[in-house]
Amino acid sequence: MLVWSRPGRIVLWLLFALIFGVLFLAPLAVILLSSLADQWNGVLPNGLTTEHYTDVVQGQAWNAVKASLVTGFLASALALVSGTWAALALRVQGATLSTVLGLLFFIPSAVPSVSVGLGLLVAFSHPPLLLNGTIAIVMIAHFVLISAFTFGNVSAGLARLSPDFEQVASSLGARPAYRLWHVTLPLLAPYLVAAFGLSFALSMGELGATVMVYPPGWVTLPVSIFSLTDRGDIFAGAALTMILVAATLVLLLGLERVTKRATGA
Amino acid sequence: MSDAVAIGAPAIRREPGKFWIVPPAALLALLFFYPLALIAREAFLDDSGVANPAEIISVLHSRFFLNALINTVTISVSATAGCLIVGLVLALILAFVPFPGSGFIARLIDTFIALPTFLVTLAFTFLYGSAGMLNASLMETFSLPLPPVDFLYSTWGVVLAEVTVYTPFILRPLLAAFSLVDRGQIEAASVLGARPFRIVRQVILPAAIPALIAGGSLCLLLTVNEFGIVLFIGAKGVITLPLLIYGKAIQESAYQVACIIAVVNIALSLGLFGLYRFAAGRLGV
Repeated sequence: MLVWSRPGRIVLWLLFALIFGVLFLAPLAVILLSSLADQWNGVLPNGLTTEHYTDVVQGQAWNAVKASLVTGFLASALALVSGTWAALALRVQGATLSTVLGLLFFIPSAVPSVSVGLGLLVAFSHPPLLLNGTIAIVMIAHFVLISAFTFGNVSAGLARLSPDFEQVASSLGARPAYRLWHVTLPLLAPYLVAAFGLSFALSMGELGATVMVYPPGWVTLPVSIFSLTDRGDIFAGAALTMILVAATLVLLLGLERVTKRATGA
Repeated sequence: MSDAVAIGAPAIRREPGKFWIVPPAALLALLFFYPLALIAREAFLDDSGVANPAEIISVLHSRFFLNALINTVTISVSATAGCLIVGLVLALILAFVPFPGSGFIARLIDTFIALPTFLVTLAFTFLYGSAGMLNASLMETFSLPLPPVDFLYSTWGVVLAEVTVYTPFILRPLLAAFSLVDRGQIEAASVLGARPFRIVRQVILPAAIPALIAGGSLCLLLTVNEFGIVLFIGAKGVITLPLLIYGKAIQESAYQVACIIAVVNIALSLGLFGLYRFAAGRLGV
């Protein structure tokens, strides 16, 4: 305990509550409130309604939820396969090569998302690689942006893995493919699930690259939230944001439970 | 797959599976590094493949580019400073003056990392916008004719939103660093009569410096690249580099200008990324 006096501690806790309330609690609370607001002319809404949610579910927005979920799932699945593959393959490279390659796999996380989108537009707008205007280019943009996080998570998991299991399996005569499938991957499973959850969440909230490349007819949640608020429909935007937050949290909590059960922790 | 295994098998004894890195590396090269190279090509060469320094110089000297660069740097540095201060205060209280439920609160703040950044901007519109809660209550209480609080559609609105969004990125490494600080040392210093402020300065801060440097450089990188917050605030005067790239490419179809700006933005980001990796690697965070 750093501060022993009770008044001193209470002052610090009040300071904490103030910062936490203003910076973190108030934004979430006010989004929730506005998504339920009927009219809002004064300090508080004039009345509450669930109208925005029913509008959102019946209208175009349902397509946005679907587009976001499909994009998030496919991009995360591809990023998981490629990131795990890369992390496993890097283990057998020489020290210098694996440092350099590891750095290269991390670089997508450092490049601004808008520039990733711009690059895809420049690269894939001409035949033979004509992807501009397709759904695939949205998936690729999301895959590129989240691939570094998946790679990082899986690499961190591999680094913590005790090499004993694999060595024992190897000395018992298990072939590399068998060892990978039956020893290494099951041990890595919690990290794989965590990596998948994080990349899914990142993909659900991705905006910068998506606004650069999305074709008409594949409008993700963040893009449609932006177009709603941009034309002044901020209550519907808030309702859609709450749906996005809820979907993200359900996904993360669900995966956390799966991981806990799998590891028995 | 089985073919690949069969072909790879003889190589295993000499260089076990070295070539397995090729597929993911090739995928990344095609989908990421090749487009990146094309951005650079588009920026430096014109359609006939000849270097065009005149266009580059005119963009780099243009008012919109310089404004965006100054905005980006100002916002990024101010937001990072804000994150460091807020993150340090929150982490100190969470770690050393804990209260019932502080562990849960720390995890709650942590989940903010997974939420979309523009959420905060949208919330700020309701809180601090011209018709927001704060202005409405001030106008009602003091019967003012005009909204008195007007910082949201300026650089400071963006900075405040970014402090909210990126403080968790400082908090996470700080809490990890604080969990390693020897509690006995603090209690001993405290029993010997050291004031809390002195303990923080002499015992806790030295342990926190690696986390502050790593978290701070990560914040610099993320705030330079931030797009959603600036787009949602939509203030005419607050244009940053990513927003300028979006505007030039999508709204004006000026791809070459967008690519020149993108090269500058990417160079800035990669420099900050290098700083972050250096700090994190050097300090073992």
